[in-house]
Amino acid sequence: MNLPSEIAAEALSSKLSVQGVSKTYRSGARRVHALDNVSLEVGEGEFVCLVGPSGCGKSTLLSVIAGLDQADAGQVLTDGAPVVGPGRDRMVMFQESALFPWLDAIGNVMFGLRLKPGLDNAERRKVAEYYLHLVGLEKFHHAFVHELSGGMKQRVALARALAPNPRVLLMDEPFGALDALTREQLYGDIQRIWQQRKKTIVFVTHNVREAVCLGDRVVLFSPHPGRIREQFKIDLPRPRDINSVELARHATAITAALKHHVRPETEAGE
Amino acid sequence: MKRFLQALLFFVAMGLLWEALFRARLWSPVLVPSPVTVGQYLWEALRDGTLASAILVTLKRLLLGYVFGLALGLPLGLLTARFRLLADTLGLLALGLQALPSVCWVPLALLWFGQTEAAMFFVVVMGTLWSVIIATDNGVRNVPPIYARAARTMGSSGLHTWLVVILPAALPFIVGGMKQGWAFAWRSLMAAEIYVTILSGFGLGHLLHYGRELNAMEQVIGIMLVLLVIGLLADKIFFSPWERFLHRRWGTAK
Repeated sequence: MNLPSEIAAEALSSKLSVQGVSKTYRSGARRVHALDNVSLEVGEGEFVCLVGPSGCGKSTLLSVIAGLDQADAGQVLTDGAPVVGPGRDRMVMFQESALFPWLDAIGNVMFGLRLKPGLDNAERRKVAEYYLHLVGLEKFHHAFVHELSGGMKQRVALARALAPNPRVLLMDEPFGALDALTREQLYGDIQRIWQQRKKTIVFVTHNVREAVCLGDRVVLFSPHPGRIREQFKIDLPRPRDINSVELARHATAITAALKHHVRPETEAGE
Repeated sequence: MKRFLQALLFFVAMGLLWEALFRARLWSPVLVPSPVTVGQYLWEALRDGTLASAILVTLKRLLLGYVFGLALGLPLGLLTARFRLLADTLGLLALGLQALPSVCWVPLALLWFGQTEAAMFFVVVMGTLWSVIIATDNGVRNVPPIYARAARTMGSSGLHTWLVVILPAALPFIVGGMKQGWAFAWRSLMAAEIYVTILSGFGLGHLLHYGRELNAMEQVIGIMLVLLVIGLLADKIFFSPWERFLHRRWGTAK
């Protein structure tokens, strides 16, 4: 198979630099201080997990990096260039798959490719087929969204996010709604794909074990206002198994730190 | 096939019941003619061409007004969903006028346009337009915002997002609105045709009206049957394929 240079070429990843980002938004009558002067450096090809209770601003930060939301103060740089809006160099995977029900699986994967210049339709189809194969859905090209299970939907969403060959992959609790068994399969797949395609990944979750299983680094957030509290480097060999004892030890330590930073009364306010 | 036979059996039974009631002589045959008499009338009307030309005249009016109402209502609905100012003004007007029985446009149309095709056209457009605006507006407002966000990350923006994401996402609502618009247009056109004679074309509503004038019950019932068949066919030919498509894609079929 003669794949377009798109896929054959060594994929590039970016360095991310979040500098003093603050963000406040209104929720009804209330003002929510989602991010307060948050700074974070993410290296090329690094897998960083943002962990914290709901309302700590980790998803807001992801939206700001994606360019979907604007920061009130501070800026985000990718390879030194400021982010001013959404771009195909930074693709997002959402908690709900956000797949389009009027398109079949391959139509969804091709959606982003159609907007990418320099490819003809046959090449787009080939690229889409490659990524559906990569996520293990080569037999489901023409399945409609409602015919797919929750895990399969997220696989299609992953293929859709990977297809434009972004340098950064932003994942917002993508496995939150899945059952444990499906999640474990996807942990394996995402690690394999990350090593194969060499992306910079920022992964948001409230599940500490998940973060330890996937991340090179775990960044701990606390809410009201959203701040980074502590960072943990995870040196475990890959591929990691979420059920391993070693991993559980790391997770226990981080969970303890999380409890320390998040006082009970602030959580009750959620 | 089985469902078709069931339906056929049902309608044959209805016809037989009708014939039995006729033969029982419960009512004067002037008021309840035999289905055979009605059939004879329809056959005659078909042979001398009055039926075909009336159907043609009516459908032409209906389609013209309906298509125009759609072409106007769809973009207006998108605009009211997009701009707050339009929602608070035009949207409100549409909501009010949608609830207005479309027959109410007939007197106004007659005074404005006289006994002309323009009056018919106006009435059909008014029947279609408002419910299409409301349905499109409503459909767009029900599109999950995450679709547009996902599309933006993939490089879609502005008009592209509206045409390729919002519009198809709102399709189930829009098709519902098109169907309602069709029903309103059909009703208002019949009302207009029964109400007023227009020399430029003799439609089904006129046949119905003159059936009453001439006390020709077989004509009244015959034309009503034709109207019923047209309504059924419109649904089966125009809307069923759309609905099947939507059910298949969205997974809403039983």
